[in-house]
Amino acid sequence: MTGSSDGTGREPILKVRHLKRYFGSSKGLGGRSSASALRAVDDVSFDVMAGETLAVVGESGSGKTTLGRVIVRADRATDGEVWLKLADGTSLDLTKLEGRRLRAVRPNMHMVFQDPYSALEPRMTVQDIVMEPIIYNRLARGADALERARAALEMVGLQDRHMQLYPHAFSGGQRQRIGIARSLVCNPRLIVCDEAVSALDVSIQAQVLNLLQDMQGNLGLSYVFIAHNLAVVRHIAHRVAVMYVGKLVELSSTEQLFSRPRHPYTEALLSAIPEPDPDRKSARKVLRGETANPANPPSGCHFHPRCPYATDRCAAEVPALREVRPGQLAACHYAEDLNLQGV
Amino acid sequence: MNSSLTVKNLRTYFFVDEGIVKAVDGVDLTVGEAETVGVIGESGCGKSVMARSLLRLVVPPGEIVDGSAVLRRKDGSQVDIFSAPPSAEMLREIRGNEMSMVFQEPMTAFSPVHTVGFQISEMVAAHSRMSRKENREYVIDLLRRVGISNPAQRYDEYTYQLSGGMRQRAMIAMAISCSPKIIIADEPTTALDVTIQAQILDLMKELQRQNNMALVYITHDLGLVAENVDRVYVMYLGRVVEVGATRDIFVNPLHPYTQKLLQAVPRLAERQERLAAIEGTVPSALNPPAQCPFFSRCDKAMPGTCDRAIPALTTQAGREVRCFLYSQEQEATNDWQF
Repeated sequence: MTGSSDGTGREPILKVRHLKRYFGSSKGLGGRSSASALRAVDDVSFDVMAGETLAVVGESGSGKTTLGRVIVRADRATDGEVWLKLADGTSLDLTKLEGRRLRAVRPNMHMVFQDPYSALEPRMTVQDIVMEPIIYNRLARGADALERARAALEMVGLQDRHMQLYPHAFSGGQRQRIGIARSLVCNPRLIVCDEAVSALDVSIQAQVLNLLQDMQGNLGLSYVFIAHNLAVVRHIAHRVAVMYVGKLVELSSTEQLFSRPRHPYTEALLSAIPEPDPDRKSARKVLRGETANPANPPSGCHFHPRCPYATDRCAAEVPALREVRPGQLAACHYAEDLNLQGV
Repeated sequence: MNSSLTVKNLRTYFFVDEGIVKAVDGVDLTVGEAETVGVIGESGCGKSVMARSLLRLVVPPGEIVDGSAVLRRKDGSQVDIFSAPPSAEMLREIRGNEMSMVFQEPMTAFSPVHTVGFQISEMVAAHSRMSRKENREYVIDLLRRVGISNPAQRYDEYTYQLSGGMRQRAMIAMAISCSPKIIIADEPTTALDVTIQAQILDLMKELQRQNNMALVYITHDLGLVAENVDRVYVMYLGRVVEVGATRDIFVNPLHPYTQKLLQAVPRLAERQERLAAIEGTVPSALNPPAQCPFFSRCDKAMPGTCDRAIPALTTQAGREVRCFLYSQEQEATNDWQF
């Protein structure tokens, strides 16, 4: 069960299979048993197609940032596979690569971070910040590298006169553009955007979202777009993966997910968001309690203590992620029976 | 309508080496009894400085240079908060007791080295004459009212032992502990997950009803405002640019900034092909020129008019708006001398 069908027949560029990342497991020092390990990412599988934006949503502590970090090998997987398809058509499992071979595939993937204030080195000029990945990956040197940096900055709407400045001279939105230029400069195939617009004001957020969409259109990029703002996700994503305490609970095309969610947690998330429309007074379903502790998750379906539809079965049996209808997977025993509200 | 708080012509400036940052520059604000008011705007528009000014929490180089804020106290008397000297006993009586504040980040607003219960009890003790035992019982009951489970145990815990949602609940418990008439909530849910945000907003609404409080939400979240407040103040660069009933503002915004802001938000209910971004950024409030604050980013700007003077806030179709498209009236020149 992988959720590879997006209906367009495009090729997957990223295949994530049974990916796990446990913290504090017995493998390392300290010798804590794996039973007490914090399962930040727990058996997650999905595909991302070429030119597609897959959003990963969930509350804090759901494991979405860890997932993104493992995909770009900023962190190691405990188990599982991450297959990235390269430009020459070959696929490599990133979790098995080390040293020089890992370094050789690094230009293919990049990450854009949440906080544009702490993500840029304050003592480097914009030009050096954007050139650094080229130099590190030995893709070009000297004037060539500079020219590529200039081209990348131009793509995100910054000019020559900005290149010698330091990050403090820029606003939040401009800094996020610099971060995006840095991620684009090696011509990656995949960009992981970790809450890339969350720290920005609404007007600036719209600028950056438009830029990301333009870049995707021009360069055929694929995005893994990690976010908690579902309105933003609806705008930019083709498909959405919903995470709860380390597990995927729903994976669906954006339209299907928003019109007819199949997991009660997705329904609750959609219902919780206030819309800037005073005429939309929906019956809000406020969830009880808080996100489960990933170090000690509830039995069965992790969501059952907060779920308004939970039965005894939910506390006992872990629901599998399965196809409920074409293009929509959900991990709920009653996905077919419940009539859940979209927006 | 009986107003709980009437602010007139509030100006809070920051005197820095480079000049004067006019963070809040002539804001009028009225909060009716038990009314919910929203103040929206992007970062740098002065909304947080305004909130802090109301409780006289602005510290140098910031200074309230002009204006009045008349608060109707619990005993019915009226008092101008801005007229008192900074150390006045009257301000201590007001803070927490008549008007209190909920801050954005409860982790930094609470002391990390005192228990949550101690900090709330301290405030209750400052404004009442309960015995220590009564005080403790009262605070434990408050914690229960804001939905904290096992409140007797939580009373003796430190903030790091509480989750973000629990900390914000404790902060709200502190804010309501002396039954104030007004609560100013500065981005009360920004640091929280959406499901927790919904819980907290419901809680605030419930407490407002029980205590007959007025609520002022300071936020950049347009959705929060649309669903929770009666009247909206839209701020830009230290000034109020539009005021009106929530529905009027959202259905038929008049000021170009309000219009653009609403278009820039991605919607849950429908999918736009492309968002209407507002080009550029909020200009600096350092020595701002005498022109419409939105001039540099406005696509309806009229050169020769909008860059010559600051439009006045005038009444248009049941609300107030600050724009030369609707009225040629100019703001009276600010004769405040430095």
